[in-house]
Amino acid sequence: MSNEQGAGRPVKPRVGLFVTCLVDLMRPTVGFAAVKLLEDAGCKVVVPAQTCCGQPAYNSGDRTTAADIARQTIAAFEGCDYVVAPSGSCGGMLIRHYPELFAGEPDMAIRAERFAAKTHELVSFLTDVLGVTRVAARFEGTVAYHDSCSGLRELEVKAQPRRLLKSVEGLTLVELDEAETCCGFGGMFAAKYGELSNAIVARKADDVRKSAAGTLIAGDLGCLLNMAGKLQREGSPVRVRHVAEVLAGMADGPAIGEPEIKP
Amino acid sequence: MTVVATTPRFKGNVHDALTDARLQGALVHASNFAGRRALAAARLPEFEALRDSARAIKDHTLAHLDLYLEAYERKVVETGGHVHWAEDAEAARRIIVDLCKRRGAKTVTKGKSMISEEIGLNAALEAAGMAAVETDLGEYIIQLRGETPSHIIAPAIHVTKEDVEREFRKAHLDRPADRDLSQPEQLLAEARAELRAKFMAADVGVTGANFLVAETGTSIIVTNEGNGDLTQILPRVHIVIASIEKIVPTLEDAAQLLRVLARSATGQDASVYTTLSTGPRREGDKDGPSEYHVVILDNGRSAMLGGEFEDMLRCIRCGACMNHCPVYQAVGGHAYGWVYPGPMGAVLTPSLIGVAEGGQLPNASTFCGRCEAVCPVRIPLPKMMRHWREREFERALSPAAQRYGLRFWAFFAKRPTLYRFATGLFTRALHWAGRKKGRFASLPLAGGWTDYRDLAAPERATFQSQWRAKSGAVN
Repeated sequence: MSNEQGAGRPVKPRVGLFVTCLVDLMRPTVGFAAVKLLEDAGCKVVVPAQTCCGQPAYNSGDRTTAADIARQTIAAFEGCDYVVAPSGSCGGMLIRHYPELFAGEPDMAIRAERFAAKTHELVSFLTDVLGVTRVAARFEGTVAYHDSCSGLRELEVKAQPRRLLKSVEGLTLVELDEAETCCGFGGMFAAKYGELSNAIVARKADDVRKSAAGTLIAGDLGCLLNMAGKLQREGSPVRVRHVAEVLAGMADGPAIGEPEIKP
Repeated sequence: MTVVATTPRFKGNVHDALTDARLQGALVHASNFAGRRALAAARLPEFEALRDSARAIKDHTLAHLDLYLEAYERKVVETGGHVHWAEDAEAARRIIVDLCKRRGAKTVTKGKSMISEEIGLNAALEAAGMAAVETDLGEYIIQLRGETPSHIIAPAIHVTKEDVEREFRKAHLDRPADRDLSQPEQLLAEARAELRAKFMAADVGVTGANFLVAETGTSIIVTNEGNGDLTQILPRVHIVIASIEKIVPTLEDAAQLLRVLARSATGQDASVYTTLSTGPRREGDKDGPSEYHVVILDNGRSAMLGGEFEDMLRCIRCGACMNHCPVYQAVGGHAYGWVYPGPMGAVLTPSLIGVAEGGQLPNASTFCGRCEAVCPVRIPLPKMMRHWREREFERALSPAAQRYGLRFWAFFAKRPTLYRFATGLFTRALHWAGRKKGRFASLPLAGGWTDYRDLAAPERATFQSQWRAKSGAVN
């Protein structure tokens, strides 16, 4: 196992993939796409046993459970140079909110700060930390990128995915009028306030329809499941994918919510 | 007599709002405040720095609030005015109704004031036999409609031009029935003519305050219609009603806050009228009231000092948070069910009426964070909504199904091996059930989702199980 700590960045950094519970359960392709992107950029990828970042508890007011899960996650990734998540929402939880959970525990607070400092959202890690400027992928089609809220506002992920998407051969990038407006997912919110969430995602679907995009992508599977589910319910032909699939050149399989392709 | 909260039936309110075609049409065509704010912020290079200094001014004031409130009172008295302290809504109503009654007031004109809404002042004045007349155009319209404001700076944002015409025809019966009211200018001219008579007849004028300046004993209001000026200058008595956190130390501080207020609210560099009032008319003054009163309301705010909701007291009521909120934009302000809508209302309402009554509001947020991103005084609104959820969770006020569901999930989430096993089985079963279509149009226990959207089926086995199989379970 390589764990060489140089003066700056390790030569072949050991990156722990925090795959996120939604990708783990619903769309493993995104996880494998993340692995490919990280390995192509020269990383050694490991996947410590993990569950969830704890947001369902944290955002439901259950700090104790959220802190228990945070402790478990921090310990699991102890041996990694970096922790990378293909999600701005889970990334935001790990980076911005874990340290807030241990206000009364100085030892844990320091560990949470250290953990936060080495943790990144996938695309911004590739560009901002590893200095990746282009990817070797092809994707034929017109694509709109939706800025998921946590990635955008907690982690300032905005230009990075667009920069890499523009390097994908055959891909035309268009902007949504309201790219920075929430899709209405909000985790448990989508089920707890289904009717309200639906009204918000309906506006997003309108916005997508008004654009020329044949494919909608974003960096968070939660938002993607929500937008895909709405577009499909309305009979829209727009296909929905995670940005990692497109960047890794792994967007040839079924899009989100589509059946498996019969051989 | 205080406004009765319908907040506990928030979900019903949301349903009503979403199925009200007229309201939905009005919301879509509402002014583009967000776009205008973005332009105003971009035009002013020091806008972000001004937000920092606005926050610092408010934080400093809140840290020394007692001092500045007392200094303010001394100055008001020095300039010939009177200060009345009201601990709650009932006390504030009593003070104002008594002041009006003792002066034999028949007509009370009013500038726009959310505090007046909070204490239910109009109903109290009416019950005491006085006519309360709202003079802000939006407020005048909703008063005719028997409604409360649906936005803190644009109270009639939920009303269309056609609605206004209908109300005016119903209310202004001494005007020709065949008059043309199809243009906004015609509606405006008619409202202006109607209100002019009220301004002249008023015995008492009540205004709110955007700022109370400790240094000079001055109250400041901003309006775009000039109605505030006529409300406070023409009657014999001017009563200002404001809450304790409206205080700022100096005129310089107020000027700094004014620079972020209008830009954040409507995208204007400054509101059309910024009016400063200090004491009653002095010898030699050409106009002004002969009596000047300030009623300072607490109504639960001092209890927020020093606690996790103190930051909320920085709020300068610009409305930027609701102008950028996907929830507010979808349902409008009335669905929130009490006085203050939008993200600021979602934090403030439980503070003022209790979390048992107001708890729905901080839950009904996606935590998209856009409110905090545009707040001129950088109030961490999502964080405080989460704090309310924590208070609810501690007191087991959240729905039982949610608490048990969370406990069930947490049991697995805290046990990675068991979790991997359980999610592996679950995912495989769901994948198998959804393999033909790739998604579900309905699914037991997932109605909150599938009533409105399809749900993608899991692709195949979980990532973790596939990874372990591939890598021989080395990590």
